[in-house]
Amino acid sequence: MTTLLNVKDLRAYYGQVQALHGLTFSLNEGSLTTLLGANGAGKTTTLRAICNMVRSSGTIEFDGQPLVNRSTENIVRLGIAHVPQGRGTFTNMTVEENLQLGAITRTDKAGIVSDIERMYGYFPVLKQRYLQQAGTLSGGEQQMLAVARALMLKPRLMLLDEPSFGLAPLIVRDLFKILGQINREEKVSILVVEQNAQLALELADQAYVIETGRIVMSGDAETISNDENVRKSYLGY
Amino acid sequence: MELFINQILAGIATGAIYACMALAIVMIYQAIDHLNFAQGEMAMFSTFVSWQLMQWGVPYWGAFLITLVFSFFAGIAIERVLFKPLAKAPILTQVAGFIALYAIINSCAGLIWDFTIKQYPTPFGSSPFLGSQLISTHQAGMIGITLLMLLGLFFFFRYTRVGLAMRAAASLPESARLVGINTSWMIALGWGMAAAIGSVAGMMIAPVVFLEPNMMLGVLIYGFAAAVLGGLTSPFGAVVGGFLVGIFENLVGTYIPGVGNELKLPIALALIITVLVIKPAGLFGRHIVKRV
Repeated sequence: MTTLLNVKDLRAYYGQVQALHGLTFSLNEGSLTTLLGANGAGKTTTLRAICNMVRSSGTIEFDGQPLVNRSTENIVRLGIAHVPQGRGTFTNMTVEENLQLGAITRTDKAGIVSDIERMYGYFPVLKQRYLQQAGTLSGGEQQMLAVARALMLKPRLMLLDEPSFGLAPLIVRDLFKILGQINREEKVSILVVEQNAQLALELADQAYVIETGRIVMSGDAETISNDENVRKSYLGY
Repeated sequence: MELFINQILAGIATGAIYACMALAIVMIYQAIDHLNFAQGEMAMFSTFVSWQLMQWGVPYWGAFLITLVFSFFAGIAIERVLFKPLAKAPILTQVAGFIALYAIINSCAGLIWDFTIKQYPTPFGSSPFLGSQLISTHQAGMIGITLLMLLGLFFFFRYTRVGLAMRAAASLPESARLVGINTSWMIALGWGMAAAIGSVAGMMIAPVVFLEPNMMLGVLIYGFAAAVLGGLTSPFGAVVGGFLVGIFENLVGTYIPGVGNELKLPIALALIITVLVIKPAGLFGRHIVKRV
């Protein structure tokens, strides 16, 4: 199995405050990896550092290419789609325009049209609302739109920041099922940051646990979910 | 009644120019959150360029097109050289930048072409439009060109990918970068387009106000007023605001005794302040709600 993303000694700063203290982890091509941790542990910062949206040092390699010193938009163009916290929906544009924006770096017009239809296949509710302003969608629908928008890039790696945030449990189940499907069928590697550890561990094959800006545990998801400390701290039983 | 219709039409004609200026201002405001005080001077300089081209023997529409292209690239150059480095500077630094730009362009135009008033040709002629006494062919041409341009811009922003990317970059820069849009160049493109739109306003109003380095001052103030009236966040509002200000200015000048040409400006501004007191976001502006 080849390594797709390789992060070594990653440090990140907000002004004078250091948020990551030398994070090292990697992600295999085709895997679905989850990053677990409490509030403020540095999960979001890790994703933001990968896309160069926060000041950081260390090495990040994507498919052998260094990402540090690249601009956010150039990192995205390499095939890394980032669904940020809060979803980043273009609320004053229509659902279809949001999907078009996801594919804005692509030039294959026919492919874009068929991919939009494919997204409507995954998320039929988006098709019903394709001319509606995205800001009028419910939270769950907006999250679906955010995932669909990210997929329109035809990414090799998708970064998801708390996709379950603010959603009803049933909707979260559906969403995670689709994420698993995308990972298997479309061969998109996924790095998902989650507070809902139980669900994330069910879905993922690899897991890392992060505490105050450091990786404290790593392994395949099953081992991690059987670990007593993780059970007590994150799964609550 | 004829006087009334006449004044409305004349108001629409000058309103078209205010609409162009307001639109140019709103485009830059959307991209960088600041008012470009030098918008009028940029338009004035472009108008001088077109005049110079005609002096060299280029026919009117040739000079018009060359000036559009020149203004577009000059706008991009100004953004790259002056405002990109200032992007993260405090607001007062940026204001100083705009004022410097205003002064530099004004003085340069004075230096190159001096401050004497020049005649500027109209491609439409100034005879009565279609034999009617209500409006001249130049006024009709001003309205026509403006509407054509607005239509073009509407289609550009609505139906092209670059237009979509520019809208995305203006509304949510971070999300735009996350779909791979180079937001910095989108801002530069916005400057280029704003400069080109302004140059159209300059070339259309020049036959009316005559060509000289300070010709755009009044127009710019009306353009600001129109942009604020329509709501600085709405290009559509800016255009409507432009036409409203133009019509209002003319009606007040004609029907309120003692106003005349001298007092038109203060009365128009008083109207705008009244509107803003009642509706602070302008007629079509979005209220921007910030979570704290």
